[in-house]
Amino acid sequence: MINASLPELRRALDARQISSVELASLFLDRIDALNPELNAFITVDRDGALAAARAADERIAAGTAGALTGIPLAHKDVFCTEGVLTTCGSKMLSNFVSPYDAHVVSLLKAAGVVSLGKANMDEFAMGSSNESSYYGAVKNPWNTARVPGGSSGGSAAAVAARLAPIATGTDTGGSVRQPAAFCGITGIKPTYGLVSRYGMIAYASSLDQGGAFGASAEDCALLLSAMTGFDERDSTSLERPTEDYTAALAAPASAKPLEGLRIGLPREFFAEGMADDVRAAVEAALDHYRALGATTVEVSLPNAKLAIPAYYVIAPAECSSNLSRFDGVRYGHRAADYGDLADMYSKSRAEGFGAEVKRRILVGTYVLSHGYYDAYYLQAQRLRRLIAQDFQAALQQCDVIAGPTTPTTAWALGQMADDPVQMYLSDIYTIAVNLAGLPGLSHPVGFGTDGLPVGLQLIGDYFAEARLLNAAHRFQQVTDWHACRPAAA
Amino acid sequence: MSRTDWEVVIGLEVHAQLNTASKIFSGASTAFGAEPNVQASAVDIALPGVLPVLNRGAVERAIRFGLAIGAHVADKSVFARKNYFYPDLPKGYQISQMDLPVVVGGAITIRVGEGEQAYEKTVRLTRAHLEEDAGKSLHEDFHGMTGIDLNRAGTPLLEIVSEPDMRSSAEAVAYARALHALVRWIDICDGNMQEGSFRCDANVSVRKKGATEFGTRREIKNLNSFRFLQQAIDYEVQWQIDTIEDGGRIQQATVLFDPDTGETRMMRSKEDAHDYRYFPDPDLLPLMISDEWKARVQAAMPELPGAMKARFMDAWGLSAYDATTLTASKEVADFYQATVSAAGAALAKPCANWVMGDLAARLNKAELDIGASPVSPAQLAGLVARIADNTISNAIAKKVFEALWNGEGTTADEVIDKQGLKQVTDTGAIEAMIDEVLAANQKSVDEFRAGKEKAFNALVGQVMKASKGKASPAQVNELLKKKLGA
Repeated sequence: MINASLPELRRALDARQISSVELASLFLDRIDALNPELNAFITVDRDGALAAARAADERIAAGTAGALTGIPLAHKDVFCTEGVLTTCGSKMLSNFVSPYDAHVVSLLKAAGVVSLGKANMDEFAMGSSNESSYYGAVKNPWNTARVPGGSSGGSAAAVAARLAPIATGTDTGGSVRQPAAFCGITGIKPTYGLVSRYGMIAYASSLDQGGAFGASAEDCALLLSAMTGFDERDSTSLERPTEDYTAALAAPASAKPLEGLRIGLPREFFAEGMADDVRAAVEAALDHYRALGATTVEVSLPNAKLAIPAYYVIAPAECSSNLSRFDGVRYGHRAADYGDLADMYSKSRAEGFGAEVKRRILVGTYVLSHGYYDAYYLQAQRLRRLIAQDFQAALQQCDVIAGPTTPTTAWALGQMADDPVQMYLSDIYTIAVNLAGLPGLSHPVGFGTDGLPVGLQLIGDYFAEARLLNAAHRFQQVTDWHACRPAAA
Repeated sequence: MSRTDWEVVIGLEVHAQLNTASKIFSGASTAFGAEPNVQASAVDIALPGVLPVLNRGAVERAIRFGLAIGAHVADKSVFARKNYFYPDLPKGYQISQMDLPVVVGGAITIRVGEGEQAYEKTVRLTRAHLEEDAGKSLHEDFHGMTGIDLNRAGTPLLEIVSEPDMRSSAEAVAYARALHALVRWIDICDGNMQEGSFRCDANVSVRKKGATEFGTRREIKNLNSFRFLQQAIDYEVQWQIDTIEDGGRIQQATVLFDPDTGETRMMRSKEDAHDYRYFPDPDLLPLMISDEWKARVQAAMPELPGAMKARFMDAWGLSAYDATTLTASKEVADFYQATVSAAGAALAKPCANWVMGDLAARLNKAELDIGASPVSPAQLAGLVARIADNTISNAIAKKVFEALWNGEGTTADEVIDKQGLKQVTDTGAIEAMIDEVLAANQKSVDEFRAGKEKAFNALVGQVMKASKGKASPAQVNELLKKKLGA
């Protein structure tokens, strides 16, 4: 059951081979056993999970179960959960029990999903290694001396180690795709605006987007279908009908199911910078895609190299403002001793935020300052438009864009601790996708020489989620990289 | 150097609270006076993860204002974040508009002064933009701590910025009054200054007459009455002139007016000014206003004071002064129009006199708004009609008015009947009264015959008294003259 896919779990639940309570207990027990080592969860909500599982069992018994009723899941701790500690990986919110549910949380609750608890993450989703969490680093289940990626590292590690069959995440510059790649699972970040941001604690509002983790594209499709949908409480939510991303997946397998699919390979992604073992795995995966009927064509994203500097102006600018509400006045951490108001602010924030968050707040405050705004913020917005135009031009020549998700496999814990810029550069392939607002998916395509997973990234045009998921699903029907499990699990 | 060598330059920034039922970015109520923090939603207190959603009612009011002042209503405007820390600003930023405001330009015509000295002037507006209000910090009653009330946080405001077109405190007050009347006229703001629904900031500078450059300005913050606006500007102007004449320089600053001392004092200098780090709010899409939306708002627009004033002059023959006074507020104009519509257009002028004269004076004495007048437009119209058809004299009319005010009758006719106030027009009856008066006042008769005109008036008075005021004064005059052979 631990390794079962969502359709298998569905069948088992519906056939009463296992109850939802038993299934939740199975995963809760695994969390008890493995989480002390992996640190994938900040909060385990055993009581809440069992209560939700009992309710799910009643729905199943009543015959009113949906696709996800009774399925356990981990929520990234960026999502507000009513009555449950919601820390966002920060000391600042170490005492914050949310009085309300994020839109995504309430959608999944309504679907009968059983939340096991809150997954660890980089503090306020800022980081690529999950080492900036106030609650300690998450360990990569494939090698506990390695990072799981970030910022949704706890979600990815939990799914990879089968502490939960599926998990939610958020992706601002690669925070779903990169940890999915590092942990050998599948993760999708949809088009900006498809998943409501209401109740998702903001890092960089114009880039943040909720996403889904699963062992396979099919599991991701099931979860994503339940997460998307217009929400009037989010002004950037897109008003369009919800889609069933599993529909395309149901078509019968054939010898060349991807016949006619044109895959664009950006010259810039395949140039220097990619590790040899990553390259080998990606090239082999592309051969599989061609064998499935797809054709490949070289495309160009000439401004992609500007994505990192543009991102590290826009995201800190937005975060410097978004995180101003954490001031110790109404909730969250307040310094124990302080003099005047300014002292309360500075002490509370100095104590409540970690180094990476402070670094980005300072950068953001600087780039928005009088006299610098034009040179940094406005210039970065111009680059953002150029990058989006590059993708549109490339997508004239192809249906999806493919390349490595990350330049290397997961690095060692502590390796980048003194070199934040080196860590920023590791997001070179994922960040541009957020700047353009496009959907992106990462799925496992093999292992590096160090035995750690390699991910392939597929990027589509706006609303091409079904196409990305179907392509990855067809790949996974004829390969078994997605079925590989770490020894720790 | 005297005051007359200086020219005063004033621009006003007015924060008008828009009268929407709910807040500009949340569904919480905007009603005034609730217990602290009961009208603050998750969005208003800026819980982690919450997002703003624009209230279209606030936008609709901004459009109405823009159209009413002949401004450009922007097809696209952008909400920006104004970043600063303060305990009653929950998000650590205020959502406002910076580079692209919803209303650009426009003008308001004001009438300044009284009587012969009165003149009209057009004040240009720079812009008006939508923003949210902050909460309130309460520094009393908390044993040295500060209390925070977030009921007001997120209340919609329209910040209306004028050009520096005003040249005296009188012009500034006339502009503020005209603006105040307009926002109530078009029903976008309740105008309640005590509750802070209409707050003025005045940018004040002085320069030598004939100078082309503006002087350095100081901004007086948060003036919540027209009287304080006038006092604050007058004090500030004199202070600036004195400072310069004493060899000092004006430093750009924000100042506060203390109503107790009548003085302005420095709040912060330009050096202490915040860097607000404005940038477009990524949580809100640009505000797009279609031509159709503007047309819908235009179609629902009430007749504006300028047009109404012209109509009163053209159709009803009122003077410019009367027409201006009667369109100074929506309530007065509504009352007047209702009175005329009951009395008939032919009586528009006497109706005007009553509304601006006796009614206004009585309301003033009772400290009542015209909307709360105990005498209704229909009652007043009935009264004016009885004067016009000579049923009662003006003097008696005042009695009837007072009776109506005190609820001693439902109509003028009823009061006149009940109290027997109908004018006496029977010549015989009046002549009889005259004979009695002449007989009892031989001394006055002699004086009159000796050439004292005043004595005639005394006799008229005596006859009127004898008639208990019910005789027609004109008739008494005529008959008395005849009797005296004058």
